[in-house]
Amino acid sequence: MDGFSGLLHGFGVALTWYHVTLMVVGVLLGILVGVLPGLGAPNGVSLLLPLTFTMDPVSAIILLTSMYWGALFGGSTTSILFNIPGEPSSVATTFDGYPMAQNGRATEALSFAFLSAGFGAIVGVLLITALSGWVTQFALKFSSPEFFGVYFLAFASFVGLSGAPPLKAAVSIALGFSLAAVGMDSVSGSLRLTFGFDVLLAGISFLVAVIGLFGIGELILTIEDGLKLDGIRAKITPRDVLRTAAQMPKHWATLLRSSIVGCWMGITPGGPTAASFMSYGLAKRFSAYRANFGKGEPDGVIAPETADHSAGTSAMLPMMALGLPGSATAAVMLGGLMIWGLNPGPMLFVERPDFVWGLIASMYLGNVVAVVLVLATVPLFASILRIPFAIIGPLIVVVCFIGAYTIAGRPFDLWLALAFGALGYAFKKLDYPIAPLILAMVIGDKAEDAFRQSMIMSKGSLTIFWSNPLVTSLMLLGLVLLFWPLIGAMIQRLRSARA
Amino acid sequence: MARRFGMALGFLAAGMAGAAAQGWQPSKPIEFVVTSSPGGGTDNFTRMIQSIIMKYKLIEQPIVVSNKGGGSGAEGYLVSKTAAGDPYKVIFGTNNAYLLPYVAKLGYKFSDLTPVAALALDEFLLWVKADAPYKTAKEYIEAVKAKPETYKMGGSQSKDTDQTLTSILSTVTGAKFIYVPFQGGGAVGTQLAGGHVNSHTNNPNESIGQWKAGQVRPLCVFSPARLPAGPKVTETQGWADIPTCKEAGIPVERFQMPRTVWLPAGTPPGAVQFYEGVLKKVSETPEWQEYITRTVQTGQFLSGDSLKAFVANDDKLSREVFEREGWIVK
Repeated sequence: MDGFSGLLHGFGVALTWYHVTLMVVGVLLGILVGVLPGLGAPNGVSLLLPLTFTMDPVSAIILLTSMYWGALFGGSTTSILFNIPGEPSSVATTFDGYPMAQNGRATEALSFAFLSAGFGAIVGVLLITALSGWVTQFALKFSSPEFFGVYFLAFASFVGLSGAPPLKAAVSIALGFSLAAVGMDSVSGSLRLTFGFDVLLAGISFLVAVIGLFGIGELILTIEDGLKLDGIRAKITPRDVLRTAAQMPKHWATLLRSSIVGCWMGITPGGPTAASFMSYGLAKRFSAYRANFGKGEPDGVIAPETADHSAGTSAMLPMMALGLPGSATAAVMLGGLMIWGLNPGPMLFVERPDFVWGLIASMYLGNVVAVVLVLATVPLFASILRIPFAIIGPLIVVVCFIGAYTIAGRPFDLWLALAFGALGYAFKKLDYPIAPLILAMVIGDKAEDAFRQSMIMSKGSLTIFWSNPLVTSLMLLGLVLLFWPLIGAMIQRLRSARA
Repeated sequence: MARRFGMALGFLAAGMAGAAAQGWQPSKPIEFVVTSSPGGGTDNFTRMIQSIIMKYKLIEQPIVVSNKGGGSGAEGYLVSKTAAGDPYKVIFGTNNAYLLPYVAKLGYKFSDLTPVAALALDEFLLWVKADAPYKTAKEYIEAVKAKPETYKMGGSQSKDTDQTLTSILSTVTGAKFIYVPFQGGGAVGTQLAGGHVNSHTNNPNESIGQWKAGQVRPLCVFSPARLPAGPKVTETQGWADIPTCKEAGIPVERFQMPRTVWLPAGTPPGAVQFYEGVLKKVSETPEWQEYITRTVQTGQFLSGDSLKAFVANDDKLSREVFEREGWIVK
């Protein structure tokens, strides 16, 4: 089943009262999570995950993805109104969104943000719809070397494109790898890095790591900065929204470019945060009003928001088709997929078309629902930030620890979450990227298994990674991305030499 | 002395529950510990038993199922040590209960477990890709023997049942495979369907979908007798049409994996008898028969001495393989 017929089937699955209600609930919860600093989308989704264990996988993924869309929208609300990015991926939105709000153009900024985010999301889903048929044909071509090629590509793109210093990204990846190695090794069948502690037998849950790194770590930072609560009153009138919408076509170039950047970063997978920064940088570079950036230029809001959302949505395709998460939130959902008994990978499209197409259809609907809801609920959620931090802060801590405990019911995980909180704080302070660590924790042991399985198959010969066109191109692309910082510098030098 | 006191307390508790005449009775909620992650074979086994107990009200107390599948199930078996003597922790697993401590240094020993019962035996088959040229198991084995260490045998995990069976197969026939471990039966099945490995030894339930879809084909079953007929799986064949491996000329009499139930060591004997009775009743319900038929396992209730004898035999057989392969950790 592919393309149009699959999509129609999917709409049949997604368009039931139960699922539409789940979408609304998910989006509302997501906006709440996105508005609260310290409770990002990955955190919100992992908190909700245990609730979905008893649900049907289609309903569960609709609830979780809707929450994700909601969180992405909520994150930009606080970026614009309070200069507090509710999400790591909406940091770039603060650059021009907050100045716009200060100049009294809050409604305009919010409308631009939401509408361009909606546009980006729809482009992302359209891409998934178009590519999914192609994915099933490749279903059975993937074996261990190909899987390793894909994982290698993911790691390489993080080192080469994330914007963080490559060495720091490498350190983060290495740390994630070692954390992923804890526990039983499936290739040799023996225990690693448990140091005789029985609690480490089952390995370190990446969910606990996410809660600690994002939730608790972010909270410590907020406390340190001293939370400013001088929010700007935001009133959205339908007329202002319509007037802003009428201006959207003027920004077509930014919209298109940012969607392409976002989709590329979602699929490779570089993640929404990197996508939004990259898109902001490009918009500034190509804009005629370059000097106005940072002082309240609409393009400076449209670019990061479009890229953020198209990356967020298109990240769902590699997650389902290859078991590769394109963002930290997709990584959490990937864990969910396995818990629901689904095997992410090429076969998912063949074995569970109801799940895949139900999800894709729900992404069209969910994003429309989200745009309508954010426009309607902005004033309400903004008022949350008027509650003193002394009340909200401890509540976030409680929510984080409940989340960490629910995963496996082990008191040890609470200590682990606390330790990861400290680690997250240190990472932020020292300017180390956290996303590569999460990526390595989630796919690190899979990459290792794939590599070692390939080595067993080829009796130790590395040529297996060049044995067919598919794996060869994956590896080549990975190598190019890995050395992109060097290649980029060389091109620059060549150009300046010629000039 | 302390132990006798504990037992006296146990009787007292049973007395308070108002069932002293019937021996041990649970007086608080019971935890069923699953030694696999949700969705695995052991998970289905446990939840099936739980639902039958609930339906027929075989136990009055509520039952909580918890998954502790870390470390190939060792996380679940560890409960026997941390909750020693606790009759409210019932552990569900396979033969890895007594085989795991051989191959990895774990926090528990087999002596930390009290055997309660085994309810089913899961079967193993030799599968090849549907378009492979081999008509019989014998032909395939001859092909492997002709080119040693070129044919790939996929399996789930390492030093577990699949690899043990591959080792037995090699020893008995002289055919040398490259064993490639994957994460689980599902992944192994996909690899064979895509032609990346040459064969695997999946359980019937793990590969029935791909056999139906015409992607893979079974050559023989490692069972002393053919599987029960049942409805046809493909257009022309059903489970009973698959020859046993012995019929097919491979001298492996049987290789089956028991689905087992355990209590922590030191639990009162009355509790062991209580659960044994409950599980015996479970195994006699039509729902249980339906589960066994649907998953193409062999239903066989073992407890007491018959279970001990089975475990001793299986343990000896596997230990020989482990020693030969040098997998045993000291």
